[in-house]
Amino acid sequence: MASAEHAVPAPPGVDRGAVWRHVSLQNAPLILSLLILLGTTGLYIVFFNSNTGGLPGSFELTSLANTTLPLIFAALGQTVVVLTRGIDLSVGGMMDLSNSLAAAEMHATLGSELLWSAIIIAIGAAGGLLNGLLVVYARLQPILVTIATLSIFQGLAIAVLPQPGGAIPSAYTSVLTNPNQPTSLAYVAFVMLAWVAFRRSSFGIATFAVGNDQDAARARGIAVDRTKVLVYTLSGMLAAIAGLFLAASATAGDATTGDVYILQSIAAVVLGGISFAGGRGSGVGAVAGAFTLTLLVNVLFFAGINPLYQQFYQGLFLITAIVLGAGIARLGRVGRIGR
Amino acid sequence: MATAAEQTPAAAPPDPAGPAVEAVGVTHSFGGVHALRNASFSADFGEVHALVGENGAGKSTMIKILCGVLRPDEGSIRLKGEEVRLLSPKRGRELGVATVFQELTLLPWLTVAENLLLANEPRGRLHLVRRGRLWPAAASVLERYGVDGVDPRELAGRLPLALQQRIEIVRALLEKPDVLFLDEPTSTLAEREVQWLFALVRELRDANTCVIFTSHRWREIERIADRITVFRSGEHVATRVSATEDEAVTLMTGRTIERIYPHRSPAPTGDPALEVSDLAADGVNGCSFAVRPGEILGIGGLAGQGQRELFMTIFGARRAKHGTITVAGRVRRIRSPSDAIKAGIGISLVPEDRKTEGLLLPMSVRDNLTLAVLDRFSSGGFLRPRPERAAVADMLSQLQIKTQRPQTQEVGKLSGGNQQKVLIARSMLATPTVLLLYDITRGVDIGTKHDLYELIAKLAADGKAVVFYSSETEEMAHLCHRVLVMR
Repeated sequence: MASAEHAVPAPPGVDRGAVWRHVSLQNAPLILSLLILLGTTGLYIVFFNSNTGGLPGSFELTSLANTTLPLIFAALGQTVVVLTRGIDLSVGGMMDLSNSLAAAEMHATLGSELLWSAIIIAIGAAGGLLNGLLVVYARLQPILVTIATLSIFQGLAIAVLPQPGGAIPSAYTSVLTNPNQPTSLAYVAFVMLAWVAFRRSSFGIATFAVGNDQDAARARGIAVDRTKVLVYTLSGMLAAIAGLFLAASATAGDATTGDVYILQSIAAVVLGGISFAGGRGSGVGAVAGAFTLTLLVNVLFFAGINPLYQQFYQGLFLITAIVLGAGIARLGRVGRIGR
Repeated sequence: MATAAEQTPAAAPPDPAGPAVEAVGVTHSFGGVHALRNASFSADFGEVHALVGENGAGKSTMIKILCGVLRPDEGSIRLKGEEVRLLSPKRGRELGVATVFQELTLLPWLTVAENLLLANEPRGRLHLVRRGRLWPAAASVLERYGVDGVDPRELAGRLPLALQQRIEIVRALLEKPDVLFLDEPTSTLAEREVQWLFALVRELRDANTCVIFTSHRWREIERIADRITVFRSGEHVATRVSATEDEAVTLMTGRTIERIYPHRSPAPTGDPALEVSDLAADGVNGCSFAVRPGEILGIGGLAGQGQRELFMTIFGARRAKHGTITVAGRVRRIRSPSDAIKAGIGISLVPEDRKTEGLLLPMSVRDNLTLAVLDRFSSGGFLRPRPERAAVADMLSQLQIKTQRPQTQEVGKLSGGNQQKVLIARSMLATPTVLLLYDITRGVDIGTKHDLYELIAKLAADGKAVVFYSSETEEMAHLCHRVLVMR
């Protein structure tokens, strides 16, 4: 085969230096998000210690994981949608609906718990499907579609549970968000494995391809429309699951507790180093971002910051992370493809 | 051969005697504009078939229809003798058709390996991709097709353009097509790389593949094509086994162009309009030259030797690290393009990539033209329409830019050649003394190229100093008074 005039010697096995360079450069946003998590954990330990004289133990860890689980699921749903260059503002509404239905309908029997979990997840899928169909076939902007469905889901939630109340069976709580056993860590581990599988599946690869360049992906035979509909459906399901975890940890229902997760899920995605331009980012980062946000609340608490200023400091933190992230992104800057 | 990508064979075995691909009576319009009118085309197995024509003649549209990206409004397509309805590019692929489009389909944030092996990744348990196997699989593919110096772990968007093009070509070849379409595959490739491509094309032809390609470079077509089909205005004009360049130009444009290149005026003497002394910037190491009014100076050399950076630095789009730029005898500090354009300095740059670097595609011809000199038509911060319209009309007639309604016509809808003219007209409106023209004939058809050459000669005759770069050295040899080589 005619090749370049100068013969290039065959590479003697894998060049480890080059591999490390590539891996670190291409994963720089993820590494940054893990560093942020590490830093926030350090701060948490410092302030916890100065406040209580001890170190956080398994109780604190379990409680942390329980509190973060709803956000983890919501953030993952947001992640897959953002990977396709979309956004899902309806996650909060679906979480409202999900936790309200659980509190209103679930009885303390295994059958009821399983049945209603399944029904609620199916409703989440249906809501997500609606989002997906509108975005793809009605060709509406994701932000517009999901703002509208957010209101619809919120309205349904209030109709289901007009006042905070209802009850979540204690058995359900002990399975999902057990305050005494670290079962929540098992869920976190499961979620990470699921991400690894997603990344290596045809669906996951299609998701990344669509976010990179929709038209190029279509020309390469990727089922762009089907992929987009599926990511919104998945996001709806994950939001429903997040609502179930929310209900389990609160042991009662409230048709508005999900709302705060809209912005929190977006913040987790940002802290996770996932790009809103689509096509790149890791679910692991979203999980790290979720933990960072929960830890931040604890840090502010133990540092004795006035709770009224909590949001202000959260925002400050977020901006710092974004600026750092943008700086890192310059390192791995990629050009255009073609002309 | 490695089996990184084995395509399931198409339904019917190809009939080596009949045509590989045929379009019969195909008509297709885009919103009222006919791209193809009752056009026909046919290519055989075991041949390299060149499809030529001006921009807008319908070549890309025909290719898109034959590979399944577009569905024709009328007419039929036959693949390997059987009539088919290609409902999607995937269907085309299943039937053994692969295409390398003008717009590359690489995904910028995926690695080279992921791009090459998309939908054909090595799989393991649970049908999940084994990422560890991607890299060696891709490395062996790249080696097999003779592409060196690419790390399969590199992100596709970080590769230089020519390498992206080659990866795209390898990607198409991996599909082991029976019919391969190459739409302008060589416009970003240097000579060595063109040789690489042609060697592969000849191999494919000898293995009985049908290869169809388009190019605006006649030399290449002469070298490689077994047959040539000419399209004009959406119709099939002729299919020949060979043709001279003049015959081809006449068929493509419908008019006889006596000489492609205009007569060159004598080399001017006199004080230089622009002098560059020891200029250094990112990619430029101490360049010095001078250009006189009325002179066409070429800046040549292999692609990527700093020519673009030099142009950008003189124009103020890049920061100069040291060195001086002297305009009409006075040393000037040019820190930004608006400095360069200002009256008194008068340097104007026509960039290479009109779609992304020059024109505002959704805006009108008028808006694009007057963009650089709006203050000339405004008083008190308000734009005065009448002088603007007059200046626009004057430019349109000077450059023969064809547009019905310049006030509202979207520049993005014009043909490539007309777009290029709009860009040049914009630079001319700024009444420059020095014009920097960077690869303005890339991707432009022969008829428009001729018009542009005439224009450049006229600009020089009018006393402008022209600094000219083209990826086709032949152009520079014919047009320029002198050529400096960068390395």
